[in-house]
Amino acid sequence: MTGTKITLAKGLNMGLRKAMEDDPKVLLMGEDVGKLGGVFRITDGLQKDFGEDRVIDSPLAESGIVGTAVGLALRGYRPVVEIQFDGFVYPAYDQIVCQVAKMRYRSAGHSPMPMVIRIPFGGGIGAVEHHSESPEAQFAHTPGLKVVACSNPVDGYWMIQQAIASDDPVIFLEPKRQYHAEKMELDESLAPPPLFTSRVARRGTDVTVLAYGPTVRTAMTAAEAAAGEGRSLEVIDLRTLSPLDMGPVLESVRRTGRCVVVHEAHVNLGMGAELAARVTEECFYSLEAPVLRVGGFDTPYPASRIEEEFLPDLDRLLDAVDRTFAF
Amino acid sequence: MTPPPDTADGTFGPDLVEVFGPSQSDGGPELVQLLTPEGERVHHPEFDLDFSAEQIRGFYRDMVLTRRIDTEATALQRHGELGIWAQLLGQEAAQIGAGRALRPQDYVFPTYREHGVAWCRGIDPLKLLGLFRGVDHGSWDPHEFNFGLYTIVIGAQTLHATGYAMGMQRDGVVGTGDADRDAAVVAHFGDGASSQGDVNEAFIFAASYNAPVVFFCQNNQWAISEPIERQTRIPLYQRALGFGFPGIRVDGNDVLATYAVTQAALQRARDGQGPTFVEAYTYRMGAHTTTDDPTRYRLSADVESWKLKDPIARLEVYLRRNGLVDDGLVEQVKAEADELGAHLREGCKAMADPSPMRMFEHVYAEIPEELAVQRDGYADYLATFEGAH
Repeated sequence: MTGTKITLAKGLNMGLRKAMEDDPKVLLMGEDVGKLGGVFRITDGLQKDFGEDRVIDSPLAESGIVGTAVGLALRGYRPVVEIQFDGFVYPAYDQIVCQVAKMRYRSAGHSPMPMVIRIPFGGGIGAVEHHSESPEAQFAHTPGLKVVACSNPVDGYWMIQQAIASDDPVIFLEPKRQYHAEKMELDESLAPPPLFTSRVARRGTDVTVLAYGPTVRTAMTAAEAAAGEGRSLEVIDLRTLSPLDMGPVLESVRRTGRCVVVHEAHVNLGMGAELAARVTEECFYSLEAPVLRVGGFDTPYPASRIEEEFLPDLDRLLDAVDRTFAF
Repeated sequence: MTPPPDTADGTFGPDLVEVFGPSQSDGGPELVQLLTPEGERVHHPEFDLDFSAEQIRGFYRDMVLTRRIDTEATALQRHGELGIWAQLLGQEAAQIGAGRALRPQDYVFPTYREHGVAWCRGIDPLKLLGLFRGVDHGSWDPHEFNFGLYTIVIGAQTLHATGYAMGMQRDGVVGTGDADRDAAVVAHFGDGASSQGDVNEAFIFAASYNAPVVFFCQNNQWAISEPIERQTRIPLYQRALGFGFPGIRVDGNDVLATYAVTQAALQRARDGQGPTFVEAYTYRMGAHTTTDDPTRYRLSADVESWKLKDPIARLEVYLRRNGLVDDGLVEQVKAEADELGAHLREGCKAMADPSPMRMFEHVYAEIPEELAVQRDGYADYLATFEGAH
C-alpha cells in the first residue's frame, strides 16, 4: 500500500487533525491559529472543522497562552499551544519553567501537565531578528520538560500525535525552514517508532554525525558528498533532546570511533556540549578523536543577509569531519 | 499614607483627581461595607444580604480559628519548626468572606497566604505547614478540595485560574441555570501582584473569553516593603473598567460585606456573565513573612489605626450587642482554637523529613533512563554509608 506525498507542514496538520479526532480533550491555542491557520498554515482548516472552542485564537500574550493552558490542563484538557516563532517564547519562559515543568513534581503526581508547546525553530528563511532562533538547550536543561525535534514530514505526522498523547509536557520543535521544503511519502499502515527514540538516518562506518531538526538535512547532504570522496558518515537523527536516547549514539560511536554534533544553536553550552560529555564518558576507549561540535557561533542571530554564514552548512560540517582524522 | 507627589508643588495633577478622586486612606466613598469598625450593621443598596445568626456565628468561629492557625504557625517558625511562614493577621475577614461564598463545585487558585480560604475548603491546616517546614511543595490533592497548590511566583496562578475557568465553559458548567452545576473560579492575589504581567494578561484573557473567574485581590497595602502607591496611582478596583469588566472595592475587614460581594461576583460568573474584580481593602497587620521586619519601612501609627478596624473584634462587638453570642460560645470557640493549636504543634513536630530518594519521584509520568540511573546511583552511594557513624 502506498501513501500520499506530504510536506512537513501537511504532516503536522494531518497529525494535529488526527489527534483532535481521537481525543475530544485536545485543544489548540495560539496567535492566528484559527481562521488564518497559523502564520505557517500548520493549523489550516482545523478551526473550521473543530470549532472555535477547540481551536482558539488567543490574545497576543505568550505567557497568557501558556498560563491559561496550564489551567486547561488542570481541568483535564490536553492543550497544544503554538508559539508563533522561537524568539517569542521568552515571555512564556516563566510559565513554562516554573509552572508547566514543575506542576507534576510539586503536586506529588496529583496534577499532571499533558501539554504540547509547538515552536517553529531555526533559521534560513530570511526573517527579521527574533524569528530564527534555536532555544532547545534552555528547555532541555529544565527537569520536568521533554523536548523533541522533528526533521521530516513522516516524523512530523507521527511525533505530534505521540507528543499530544504523552502525559508529560513536551516542547515540540519544528524546523520552519523545512515546512514546505520537500515531500515524503506517508504510509499510515507502518507503525512509527516510540517518540523518545533516536534513529539512524544513514548507515556509515567512519564518523558518527549527530543531528536533529533542520540539520538532519545538512548532515544527509554532507554524507552524500563525503561518500563521493570515499568517506562513510553515519547520520543519527536524534529526534529526542530530553531525554536523550543514547543507545543508538553510543553503539554507533563505538563502531566509528569519531563523532561530530551539528546544530544551529550556539555551540556554547548547547546540546552538543551534553552529547560530547556523554559520548566521552561512555565511549572513552573507542574514541580516535575528541567529539567535535559544529553550530551557530556564540553571537546573537545575525542579519538575514549573512545568516547562511552563521548556520552550519555542508562545508563546515565536512571540515569538522576532516578534523576528526587529524588527531 | 500620603500619595506620592505628581507635580512640582507636591499635589496630584488636577486631571487625575478629577477623574478618580483623591486617594483615600479609609478606602474611599465606594467602599462596600455592611459592618463598621465599631460593629454597627449598616446597609448597602446593592450588596446586602440577610445573614442568619448561625451564619454570622460561623464566620466568627472561622475567623478565630484562622487567626489561631496563623499565630500558631508564626510561633512554630520562631521555635525553628518552620523555615518561614506567610502571615495573614488582619486579613481573616477577607479570606473567610471569600471562602464561605464558594460552592463545592467552585475552584480556588490561591497565593501562599490563603490559609483562611484553605480552612473553608476543609483542608487540615497541618497540610499547609509542609511547604513552610520544607518537607514538600504542597501536600494536598488540589482536585480533592478544589483548591490549587500555593503558588509562590507572584500572580502566575491568575492565568491558571483563567484557563481553568475556560475549561469550565467547555465542560458546559457555566450559565445552565442549575445551581448545583454552575461553577466559577476564584483567583487570589495581592496588591503587589497587580503589577505583574501575568495578572494583566489574565484580565485580558478572562475578558476576551468572558471566563467565569472572580479576581479577588486582597489589597493589604504592602508588597513586602513597598506601599500601594508604588503599584498604582488609582484605586485598584478601578483598573477593571479598562479591561472591560466590573470592579468593586469592599471592606476586607468586614466579613459580611466580603461574603456578600464575593457571592454576587461568583454568581455573576456562574451565570455566564464573565469576570469581576473584587478589591478587598484590608491591611497586613503582621510582617510579609516571618523573615521580614516592617519596622524598617512603616509607621507604628499606621498599624495602630488599622488595629481599630480589626475584623474579629468588630464582629464580636456586633454579636454581643445583638445577643447572638454569650460567654459560653466564645469560650467554646476558644477551646476549639486551643485544640487546633495543639494539633498543629504536635503534628508539625512529628512531620518527618522526606527520604532523600523522594526527590526523584514525580518528575515525569515515566522516569527517563538517565534520571533512573542517577537515582539508582545515588541510592547505591547512600548505601555505602550504612552502618557508618
